[in-house]
Amino acid sequence: MLNTEDWSALWLSIELAGLTTLILIIIALPLAWWLAFHQSRLKALIAALVALPLILPPSVIGFYLLVAMGPHGLIGKLCQTLGIELFPFTFNGLLIASIIYSLPFVVQPIQNTFNSIGKKPLEIAATLGAKPLDAWLNIVLPLAKNGILSAAVLGFAHTIGEFGIVLMIGGNIPHKTQLISLQIYNHVEAFEYAQAGQLSLILLIFSFAVLSFMYWLNQKFNYLNKA
Amino acid sequence: MRYLSTVFGLIIGSVSSLSYATTLEIAVASNFAEPAKQIAQQFEQQTKIQVSISSAATGVLANQIRNGAPYKIFLSADQTTPKILIETGYAVAASQFTYAQGQLVLWSANPHLIDSSGKILTTGNFKYLAIANPKLAPYGAAGYQTLSKLGLTQQLQSKIVNGDNISNTYQYVASGNAQLGFVALAQIMQKGKISQGSYWIVPQTISPLIKQDGIILKAGASDPNAQKFLNFMRSESALTILRTYGYR
Repeated sequence: MLNTEDWSALWLSIELAGLTTLILIIIALPLAWWLAFHQSRLKALIAALVALPLILPPSVIGFYLLVAMGPHGLIGKLCQTLGIELFPFTFNGLLIASIIYSLPFVVQPIQNTFNSIGKKPLEIAATLGAKPLDAWLNIVLPLAKNGILSAAVLGFAHTIGEFGIVLMIGGNIPHKTQLISLQIYNHVEAFEYAQAGQLSLILLIFSFAVLSFMYWLNQKFNYLNKA
Repeated sequence: MRYLSTVFGLIIGSVSSLSYATTLEIAVASNFAEPAKQIAQQFEQQTKIQVSISSAATGVLANQIRNGAPYKIFLSADQTTPKILIETGYAVAASQFTYAQGQLVLWSANPHLIDSSGKILTTGNFKYLAIANPKLAPYGAAGYQTLSKLGLTQQLQSKIVNGDNISNTYQYVASGNAQLGFVALAQIMQKGKISQGSYWIVPQTISPLIKQDGIILKAGASDPNAQKFLNFMRSESALTILRTYGYR
């Protein structure tokens, strides 16, 4: 059966994914809006930067982060000057890595939703005298609700599945940086197939449930739109 | 059309000639990756037999072998793993022999951190101590045994970070992310000298020399080159290379 480290890894993964998603939604709302409607020469570059984690192998991201956040790296030096604990081998380090790693999975669905809503509702609200922020909060946000929800689900699920980066910058510390994906890897490599099997099954069921929920949500959304 | 088939013919021809060329696939425990490459190079020059080397933690390689990895030789970082592979039928029974004895060392990239008797472990004046995953890496297990013999396991528990294998652990220390760590002497030795940082060679009364055994795997049972390579491992030129890395 699952031991305490397995449960702790599972809980840690959920905690990390939850926090990552929360922060990502806050970052992604303005960013996605900017990407959807602003014309700028920088736009192609920013869009490419956001999409980069989709293409880059996690080992590349992990390697850069390990070096940059280490005592000789740029971020590491900054942390030392500010008196902050260095990020490698800490939960905060994993949080930063996850935010970068899952960024496109949250930004892109929200950007698509904003695109499909268009600027029209805002323009109409403006003619009725609504201030921009007021109109955005009370009209655009409710309209984008389902898009934001599916972005959150995707970001959460993707973070749960994170492995390569965690392996490189986490240090495999029980109760601190040992996530469920890493714990599965540990069990497999140590030839503990029974425990690896149980944890894997949990992840499989979880992923299937998450995706089913998302598709159900999309279906409902489409149906409401047509009605 | 004819042109096209010529091209295909060439591709298929070259692919098949690649797979028929007798490459000797060798799985090597991480701590021995560098010397193995040098030994393989000399072996290739002398025999014209091609060698390919894959390295990872001993436990990781053993797991790959159990799942059908096509290695012909396995150079482990311990004696137990080869023994188990023989008992479970993945390796040739009579082939096991000790090719090297390795030394555990506490190492820091900082030239002033570690004193000559390893007192730093007791004073605990550091944030992270890197040790390879003890389930997978024999040098990791030796690191934990050292802590337990010194009675420091409890005290240092919260400072330990685990590398996936011994080279990963070395990276943690070399990059300064961990202030110190248990690595293999061979990793910090270049041309017979320890080139940088500070270190404490763990005395054999605390951590005995780590006997590393090699075996011929089932995939190499019918390949005479596998035995040739193991014989070469015993040759004076191979032993010379071993010694420059601090192995005995």
